[in-house]
Amino acid sequence: MSWIDIAAIDDIPERGARVVKTPVGCIALFRTAVAEVFAASNTCPHKGGPLADGIVHGQKVTCPLHNWVFDLNTGQAVGEDARIATYPVRIEAGRVLLDGMAVGKRSAA
Amino acid sequence: MKQKLVIIGAGMASGRLIETLVETAPDAYDITLFNAEPRGNYNRLMLSPVLSGEKTYDEIVTHDEAFYDAHGVTCRFGEWVTGIDRAAKVVTGTHGPVAYDKLVIGTGSLPFIIPLPGHDLDGVIAYRDLEDTQRMMAMGAGRRVVVIGGGLLGLEAAAGMAARGADVTVVHIMGHLMERQLDEAAGYLLKTSLEDKGITVRLQSNSKEILGENGHVKALMLDDGTELPCDLLVMAVGIRPNVALGKEAGLAVGRGIHVDNQMVTSDPDILSVGECVEHQGAVFGLVAPLYEQAKVAAQTLLGQEAAFVQKSLSTKLKVTGCDLFSAGDFADAPGREDIVFRDPSRGVYKRLVIEKDRLIGAVMYGDTADGAWFFGLIKDGTPIDDMRETLIFGPAFQGGAQADPLSAVAALPPEAEICGCNGICKGTITEAIAGGAHDLAAVRSTTKASASCGTCTGLVEQVLQVSLGDAFQMPTAQPICGCCDLSHEDVRRLIKAKALKSQPAVWQELGWKTPNGCHVCRPAVNFYLLADWPLEYRDDPQSRFVNERKHANIQKDGTFSVVPRMWGGITTPDELRAIADAADKYAVPTVKVTGGQRIDLLGVKGEDLPHIWADLNRAGLVSGHAYSKGLRTVKTCVGTDHCRFGTQDSTGLGIKLEQALWGSWTPHKVKLAVSGCPRNCAEATCKDVGIVCVDSGYQVGVGGAAGMDVKETERLIDVATEAEAIAVTVAFVQLYRENAKYLDRPYKWLGKVGLDWVRERILDPAERQRLVDAFELSQSIYRKDPWAEHAARPRAYAPLADLTLEAAE
Ligand code: SRM
Ligand SMILES: Cc1cc2nc3c(=O)[nH]c(=O)nc-3n(C[C@H](O)[C@H](O)[C@H](O)COP(=O)(O)OP(=O)(O)OC[C@H]3O[C@@H](n4cnc5c(N)ncnc54)[C@H](O)[C@@H]3O)c2cc1C
Ligand code: SF4
Ligand code: FES
Repeated sequence: MSWIDIAAIDDIPERGARVVKTPVGCIALFRTAVAEVFAASNTCPHKGGPLADGIVHGQKVTCPLHNWVFDLNTGQAVGEDARIATYPVRIEAGRVLLDGMAVGKRSAA
Repeated sequence: MKQKLVIIGAGMASGRLIETLVETAPDAYDITLFNAEPRGNYNRLMLSPVLSGEKTYDEIVTHDEAFYDAHGVTCRFGEWVTGIDRAAKVVTGTHGPVAYDKLVIGTGSLPFIIPLPGHDLDGVIAYRDLEDTQRMMAMGAGRRVVVIGGGLLGLEAAAGMAARGADVTVVHIMGHLMERQLDEAAGYLLKTSLEDKGITVRLQSNSKEILGENGHVKALMLDDGTELPCDLLVMAVGIRPNVALGKEAGLAVGRGIHVDNQMVTSDPDILSVGECVEHQGAVFGLVAPLYEQAKVAAQTLLGQEAAFVQKSLSTKLKVTGCDLFSAGDFADAPGREDIVFRDPSRGVYKRLVIEKDRLIGAVMYGDTADGAWFFGLIKDGTPIDDMRETLIFGPAFQGGAQADPLSAVAALPPEAEICGCNGICKGTITEAIAGGAHDLAAVRSTTKASASCGTCTGLVEQVLQVSLGDAFQMPTAQPICGCCDLSHEDVRRLIKAKALKSQPAVWQELGWKTPNGCHVCRPAVNFYLLADWPLEYRDDPQSRFVNERKHANIQKDGTFSVVPRMWGGITTPDELRAIADAADKYAVPTVKVTGGQRIDLLGVKGEDLPHIWADLNRAGLVSGHAYSKGLRTVKTCVGTDHCRFGTQDSTGLGIKLEQALWGSWTPHKVKLAVSGCPRNCAEATCKDVGIVCVDSGYQVGVGGAAGMDVKETERLIDVATEAEAIAVTVAFVQLYRENAKYLDRPYKWLGKVGLDWVRERILDPAERQRLVDAFELSQSIYRKDPWAEHAARPRAYAPLADLTLEAAE
């Protein structure tokens, strides 16, 4: 893994999300609690809804376009045969780190 | 010959180190102990009981003169160490140097003081040592204190001073207390019990300036301009490892002094323990790991093998009457599942966090008896798969009880109001039931409860059920969603009856089964709270659908539409030019005239929103709220200004109505129209509120629709003057805001409560005035342009980072 420092945790609103552009496409960082962040694809497999604009509840997000619900642990859509990619992310000293390798970066520089 | 050991700092960590050392090898070292405080080791944790009067200082001294004498410790108390010469192996104190063979740095940490203007005034203190505690002990009845910081320390300080009779206010920047140790629900319960002790708690409050008089603190000013007068201001906002000595001596220092697993710094003859160290990226703020460090350091000094390992921690707040416990990691990385248990009637909340088949975190409030057991499961990593179902009930429990959905109603006191229309309390209803009223109709006829608008019917039925048990057959009400067992109407009414003023309060007191709701209930609860408590509750953007969060309408391709207000459909060449310029500048693909008499810019990129708004704002255009459950448009016709049939100034009235109502949030969208005569060119008879002007005045109709249902308005009232027409409209909208279920348009709500019930209220002059006043109060907060606020912080709309750029290199 090669951890890339993305932002301060407080740049993401609690129960909200922000987008990061990466070589594998837009990834959303979902902040589900004070110190809990998930990273997953921003693109809904249904019709491309921007998931970072959805309502974040528990460890799930609801797509803003047609209300599909995704479990952020696994990326699995609740009650649908679909899933979104999830990515390793962690919090260290108030900073959010994303795994550079997993999002298609060759080096973390 | 004995080696010379010098220790800097007589704190919690070094105290334990000295004990371990003299117990295992009394003759190994000649110890010199420096302490900046004019005293030896005492139990810093117990300062709070000293503050509150439960203990005296003498009771918390851990090592006294006799101990130091017996073990030959040379004490240099009240003396600062000012430098370390590593080459010469000498430390310098304010009263002279001492040579060492081995040195231990245990300087602890420094309280962080926010550099607000006025932070250096007399009477601004931290909470760290006995001196601070004594300053606080002087605060008794009649003295006012402000504590900045709602964490462990701040709350202990606040509770201690409150126990001495001081008037204490806690100012906390976050949305709930102790956010590091507690989740929102537990934070809410904690706040409630502190308030019961007479402490005022102000959340989401940012301090701006400390005001003084003759060099002494006088008040704290918040960034919203509020002034909190105080005689003492305590800052308890965090600590910083005290690394100055180590850094100056050239040791490796990050956030703390770097140590390895043996507690040795980058100099092999210097060790460090306590809050001043950094071990594998972590710094410390609780005493349990420091004791471990002290033991390991002592063993290292004695040449024994030992290694410090970080473990999970548990916290308890030492405030009498606040029973809370948290352990492990309940809010961290992915891969987790929650089990939540709430018993609103006992004020109990428990949450367990499970990862794979292990318990990794626990938060409890109100009943922490099982805390140690859960902490054990966490520390030992015990597999919990076969007890998953009953885990939350603790070690004693076998078999599955469920939280009782009726407990919220059961817990209501007799004086809690159930029926708002008729002012009927729970006690009146239970008396009627005891007197033989055993079904809804009987309760209605004896007490009038639920006999008017009927929205409290569910609650009355629950009171029947609680009182009569199985003898009462409960009709099944539709709950809001899977997160709770209560209907919209019940939740609305309980929010008022129990004075619930925050989302965590609703989740806890009404037995929510999920940690923080879902996309169905959160927007509804957010609306109910802001409608009922306009001043106390703050709107939560994260509980709003994206349109209302970003103040634009999301499109099928993820872009947005932007619709500026055109008051009553009237515009000017300047406004049109600004719209045209914005459309050019942001390459807006589609410009459309809407069905609501204004112009829609469709296909704007999310990142451009704050910028296009700023441009439109400059031309005087504000948000049209085309995205909101709030006031949309007020359609008008040209009226007396131009039309040969016009009877009244329909355009002018439309503009006045739009300017009175804009920005307000409502259960569903609200559309108005004003037509100048019964020819009705503004289509007023199919709006939520439609006014048709006639020679004698204004015919106000309500409950029209032209969407999924098409409905003609029903006449609410005819009035003679424009002012009355506005008052009636405002009162109607407020009544709708106070009573309707979220996502019921006015016609649906009217279908439930009946036009007569509404008319009765609007016709009653006192009630009409109350409604108008309540609406104005709410508008004092919400009648403002959200675009202007969001345009000021464009970063929130931009991607957080762009990792594609570097990748191309
Ligand atoms: C822009 C506009 C169409 C147009 O180009 O004219 C429009 C566009 C939308 N309407 Fe509408 N409505 C528009 C006037 C109307 C009207 C006519 C009017 O207001 O005079 C009606 C019927 C009158 C009424 O409301 O009773 C109307 C009845 C609806 C409904 C059905 C409401 C109902 O209670 O039955 C919905 C669905 C909803 O709100 O749940 C809806 C929802 C929508 C949404 C917001 C759908 C959505 O959630 O994304 C559309 C957004 C399109 C977009 O991507 O921006 N729109 N919509 C009109 C905006 C007027 C404005 O200036 O604000
Ligand atoms: C009021 C209060 C309540 C607390 N409650 C709890 C609790 O309930 N549970 C819990 O786990 N933790 C609690 N803590 C935290 C706990 O007290 C600390 O983690 C612990 O005291 C840190 O120990 P230490 O030895 O690193 O530093 P300290 O105990 O702070 O000792 C450091 C000493 O070094 C001295 N010093 C610093 N620089 C120099 C110098 N240059 N020369 C000479 N001397 C110097 C200082 O004067 C100080 O006496 C509480 C803290 C406070 C203030
Ligand atoms: S009628 Fe309204 S909601 Fe339906 S497609 Fe047209 S704009 Fe969209
Ligand atoms: S695009 Fe996400 S649910 Fe349709």
